[in-house]
Amino acid sequence: MSPLNIKKGSSSHSAYDLRDPNAEVIESHTLAVIVDNESGVLARVIGLFSGRGYNIDSLTVAEVDHEGHRSRITVVTRGTPQVIDQIEAQLSRMVPVHEVHDLTAEGPSVQRELALFKVAGKGDARIEALRLAEIFRANVVDSTLVSFVFEMTGTPEKIDAFADLMRPLGLVEIARTGIAALARGLSNFPDAS
Amino acid sequence: MTKAMTGARMVVQALKDQGVEVVFGYPGGAVLPIYDEIFQQNDIRHVLVRHEQGAVHMAEGYARSTGKPGVVLVTSGPGATNAVTGLTDALMDSIPLVVLTGQVPTFMIGTDGFQEADTVGITRPCTKMNWLVKDTAKLSETIHQAFHVAMKGRPGPVLVDIPKDVQFATADYTPKDRIRITHYQPKTAGDPDQIARLVEMIETAERPILYTGGGVINSGPRASQLLRELTAATGFPVTSTLMGLGAYPASGKNWVGMLGMHGLYEANLAMHGCDVMINIGARFDDRITGRIKDFSPRSRKAHIDIDPSSINKVVRVDVPILGDVTLVLEETLRQWKARGSKTNAAGLAKWWRQIGEWRAVKCLTYRNSDKVIKPQYALERLEALTKGRDRYITTEVGQHQMWAAQFLGFEDPNRWMTSGGLGTMGYGLPASIGVQIAHPEALVINVAGEASWLMNMQEMGTAMQFRAPVKQFILNNERLGMVRQWQELLHGERYSSSWSESLPDFVKLAEAFGCKGIKCSDPRHLDDAIMEMLDYDGPVIFDCLVEKHENCFPMIPSGKPHNEMLLGDADTQGVIGSKGAVLV
Ligand SMILES: Cc1ncc(C[n+]2csc(CCOP(=O)(O)OP(=O)(O)O)c2C)c(N)n1
Ligand SMILES: [Mg+2]
Repeated sequence: MSPLNIKKGSSSHSAYDLRDPNAEVIESHTLAVIVDNESGVLARVIGLFSGRGYNIDSLTVAEVDHEGHRSRITVVTRGTPQVIDQIEAQLSRMVPVHEVHDLTAEGPSVQRELALFKVAGKGDARIEALRLAEIFRANVVDSTLVSFVFEMTGTPEKIDAFADLMRPLGLVEIARTGIAALARGLSNFPDAS
Repeated sequence: MTKAMTGARMVVQALKDQGVEVVFGYPGGAVLPIYDEIFQQNDIRHVLVRHEQGAVHMAEGYARSTGKPGVVLVTSGPGATNAVTGLTDALMDSIPLVVLTGQVPTFMIGTDGFQEADTVGITRPCTKMNWLVKDTAKLSETIHQAFHVAMKGRPGPVLVDIPKDVQFATADYTPKDRIRITHYQPKTAGDPDQIARLVEMIETAERPILYTGGGVINSGPRASQLLRELTAATGFPVTSTLMGLGAYPASGKNWVGMLGMHGLYEANLAMHGCDVMINIGARFDDRITGRIKDFSPRSRKAHIDIDPSSINKVVRVDVPILGDVTLVLEETLRQWKARGSKTNAAGLAKWWRQIGEWRAVKCLTYRNSDKVIKPQYALERLEALTKGRDRYITTEVGQHQMWAAQFLGFEDPNRWMTSGGLGTMGYGLPASIGVQIAHPEALVINVAGEASWLMNMQEMGTAMQFRAPVKQFILNNERLGMVRQWQELLHGERYSSSWSESLPDFVKLAEAFGCKGIKCSDPRHLDDAIMEMLDYDGPVIFDCLVEKHENCFPMIPSGKPHNEMLLGDADTQGVIGSKGAVLV
């Protein structure tokens, strides 16, 4: 429900009221969605977001139950509280969706992302990159005489911070998985117990 | 007992097991094996349409008038893409449909084969669920699931895409009662604690309104009965959306008429001024609410809906009740009676006096004429001359649709078929055929505008072939009337492309199809002409030439609140304000 750039009051000459009626605070929420791992299901879930104008900041999907053919989709989205509720309701009524959990609303959760960074450089820059990688607990998973690939797991903020540091030291490429998240403690997920 | 058979036979077997009697469809290369199976049996009737859009609207008419799912069979590629409008229409209006499409063989998918289209991709956003079946062993189970999903919870269209090699291959048939239970089991009983809060609202309400919608009709005839019981017992006023007409009888004492953009003055002002709003199976559509910020500002609201995403989507409510209307109303009545069947009688009496004042405005008054037929008059006469008959009405989309909703009275559910959510011109003619196929003895009338009617007029061929004696009552204003009205009111009377030129001679057109054509332009001859239409044993195209510049009132301009309603310019309304704009 992104507010449209239309002058206030312009609606009186339009067929539709184009102003956003509830421009409230925007929140970021992480949702975990358990779905049947069947063809088209991911497209259906993503189509809901694009079709209804919701945001996707991060998205990860993988089958988590091979026997039951269930996948877990973790999606980070943004919106007013009403929009977030609406996204949850829209997801939960979808036929192939088994469960929807708003991890942000349901209590504390752990969120992690994996990233790979390719850093090219020689001399001091190279040494500095390696030193920072150690501080950040990034692993070297590939190295040549002129480059490293670092692997790091952490919160998105930590990955951003590391990327910022690597940029002047020769960062040439970055690959990120998007967020995987779980509620802290014993969650009410049946597949966790 | 599982039995081996081809995929094509499985399709027909699964439809029989689901109790399907009629399939609306159109053949093509990718569904020939299924057509071959249809040819070799007599239990399922196939209605050959003239365009796949027609098939889907017919199935909608069939479904809406029977409460059973409508079934469609079309070929791949263009057959499937032609079905898209109907699917979207059914999704918006919660009509249960099972649409079967042929597809190129599995080994050709993705090669841009002849008549290949990504049908599940194209129809994903316009179906409740869809499936591409790549393995014959899964076909019968998928079709049974499809029926389950179409009917359960909030009904809607589903689609099963069946590649041609899957139709030819053989596998074991899974009977209906042997399918894996799907997890899709939407909640149907309302939360008793929330219902208790609703009951308290009922007990104390001073200015209540029951705001009912298509969900009452989708919930089944019992829901309409319970609504009538609740209304009679509480004495509350009832209004309804376009989709809910007939759930409460138009002749009922508590009926305040349809609400919304072209709803009645009393209904909209009651919505605006109420202190308790009980939404039963409606969804706060923008044609209903007008400007959200000013929508019924002083009321506490309860909302009964089977779809969790409908609740709090546009209007925040105080008492959300997720559940099926029938079950929720049963529980509401039970709790309310158990607590002594209380209402606020003094408040109610005052409220009804207020509603009486609004009614006295007589918002549907129009200036009649003895020279030209006014569309409202045509509908009044149609109503008078068909009253009490076993009657079903469909409509196209436009002014005529709104007038039909205003001037025809519906006494029972499932008697009124109209495209509400999508507003699809071209819906009414095929829908009327679908209704007639389901109710061969009934009187089925499509109240049409000439422009909409032309959009699917090829289906007159279907009506002729299948002896569906549908009456096409065309209110011909030679205008895209609703568009013209908006241009008059909002675009400085610049009538950009909103007139119907080069119209066919509808009487000759009727003759060309082999049915009866009637033309009438004189109000004095109207009754006789309508009787001639009703007495004719077969399809009729009735060209009713009406006033060309009539506007449909009342009207709440888009984005305005309920109390900024425009009334007509009829004499009786002079008291309201010279410009017809009312601010209450
Ligand atoms: C398929 C489609 N295209 C366009 C519209 C926009 N539209 C709404 S009403 C209308 C005019 C309908 O004219 P007619 O059927 O003659 O009915 P009238 O309003 O004159 O009664 C149009 C073009 C629509 N609803 N559906
Ligand atoms: Mg017209």
